[in-house]
Amino acid sequence: MKNENIITIENLVKRYKVGEGEFTALNDISLKFSRGEFAGIVGPSGSGKTTMLNIIGSLDNPTEGTAIVLGKNISNLTHKESAHLRNKYLGFIFQVYNLLPVYTVYENVEFALILQKRSASERKKAVMEALEWVGLENMADKKPSKLSGGEGQRVAIARAMVKKPELVLADEPTANLDAKNAHAIIQTMRQLNKELNTTFLFSTHDEKVMGYLDRMIHLEDGEVAKDEIVEHNSAQS
Amino acid sequence: MKLAIQLAYKNLMGAGLRTWLNAGVLSFTFVVIIFYNGLIDGWNEQASVDGVNWEYANGHLLHKDYDKYDPFSIDDGHGILPKIKRKNLTPILIRQATIYPQGRMMNIQLKGIDENQTVVKLPTKLLLSSKAEIPAIIGKRMAKSANLKVGDEVLIRWRDKNGTYDATNITIAGVFDTNVPTVDAGQVWISIEKLWKMTGLEKHATMFLANKDYSHKEISGWKFESKESLLQELTNIISMKKVSGSIVYLLLMAISLLAIFDTQVLSVFRRQKEIGTYIALGMTRFQVVKIFTAEGAMYSIFATILGMIYGIPLLWYLAEYGIAYSISGDTMGVIIADRLYPVYGIGLVIVTVILVTISATIVSFLPARKISKMDPVEALKGKIQ
Repeated sequence: MKNENIITIENLVKRYKVGEGEFTALNDISLKFSRGEFAGIVGPSGSGKTTMLNIIGSLDNPTEGTAIVLGKNISNLTHKESAHLRNKYLGFIFQVYNLLPVYTVYENVEFALILQKRSASERKKAVMEALEWVGLENMADKKPSKLSGGEGQRVAIARAMVKKPELVLADEPTANLDAKNAHAIIQTMRQLNKELNTTFLFSTHDEKVMGYLDRMIHLEDGEVAKDEIVEHNSAQS
Repeated sequence: MKLAIQLAYKNLMGAGLRTWLNAGVLSFTFVVIIFYNGLIDGWNEQASVDGVNWEYANGHLLHKDYDKYDPFSIDDGHGILPKIKRKNLTPILIRQATIYPQGRMMNIQLKGIDENQTVVKLPTKLLLSSKAEIPAIIGKRMAKSANLKVGDEVLIRWRDKNGTYDATNITIAGVFDTNVPTVDAGQVWISIEKLWKMTGLEKHATMFLANKDYSHKEISGWKFESKESLLQELTNIISMKKVSGSIVYLLLMAISLLAIFDTQVLSVFRRQKEIGTYIALGMTRFQVVKIFTAEGAMYSIFATILGMIYGIPLLWYLAEYGIAYSISGDTMGVIIADRLYPVYGIGLVIVTVILVTISATIVSFLPARKISKMDPVEALKGKIQ
């Protein structure tokens, strides 16, 4: 089960128009990710990490090459099909949390389940379970504006995990957090990865995050500079 | 759609004061549209009742040569109707005359009417009870313009059937108060028997008022205008007023719809991150468009609720106690009471609510369409697109 490929990227190229010319964000990338991986795309700003995550998350399309996620070729999906893929199988965690400001913590987490048209009782059970995973079960009625940075990102994790997705894409999830919160957040994700066998794919240049990753793909100027498997000692993992 | 409505409701409630300001402006439009239409309908209803009571009766039978819009037709527009055909009809003879109140000269229409008539509300019984040689009744407008009051005598000059001028004094036996300027301004009412004698036009009439039992059959030399056709003229005049007045509420509606449009345009720009998040969480662009459109439509629902809260007591009060109308009917030439009582129909309320809801939905949809072309990656970054 663990070796099943859920992401296959072949000869992926992404170019953007910049003024009169073009900027190549990703250049001939070929990668595979298996179910249950806790992997990260690492590299400096502008190396193409977020672009790759966006393509895998079907928020963007490749210019050339293929990206097959959970058996779906991203380039061939209609708006409706890519929305279905995101809603059903993918979870997103963003650098600035992107919580919906007028909703409570509970409603933010519940949102994805409403889109899946789950029943109210089913939603309640799943939301409370997700909030327990991140230790925020007592803050369900709070609005995002009343949360600290760490709490906000925990809500974002609960929102991504509540539907038990196959794949979670986390874009610089610790960039706005202090060291203590960053460790706590990443440990929570690591635990969920192990308990639920959910695949986590990070985009990060935060060394605190890198310390927990099983695999690191180093991007430099849009190309894979290194793809390494990281050995952890037992205390860290 | 249910999801879009649920989310739109939450978003609007979360937006707090901004939502209620927009809903407040829109509710004001609702109330003004309903009030204004109710006022016109109330005026129409009141004018119709007054018109029938004071002037139209159950219709007019007019001499074929008489045209009420052409004063030159008065001279020849009269004739004798055979007695057998006069059943349920009250004759009126109209002649041109001049009065000289306080030495001034005023052209008037001298109207002779049966003193015993009850078909219109003109107080013709006063002509019977007066001891004067030629008693006359006039309306308050005429009394004001001629500066005459009950008991005053005034010199009147008229021409008889041969065109010879004659003159005598008439005595004001009564001044009546009516909302119908067309039986008042520039008119003096006397007994038709006396007018026949004064003019030598024995048994002649310019027109007849039909009572409720009158049923018209073609009469040669005479034309019949039914109550309905007479009222139609009045309704047409009032409808024209309605059209001109509708400009006011169209302007009001434009202002409130502009407020919603503005809010929605700003929302689409300001809430890019939120839009990107919706898409990332699995909504299609079209679903997001639906949320923003539903938000606009929901403004009109909030406006309806808000409008009901203050509008129902306010409109009820106005309908119950009326509104003093500062413009008098004689300056407008139409029947209008000093105090108007608006009449609100359920149809008017429903049509207004539907009209405003559809308009608010359209003006919300227009900026929301932009979402369907948005790049979710740029939206997530909050970049203006």
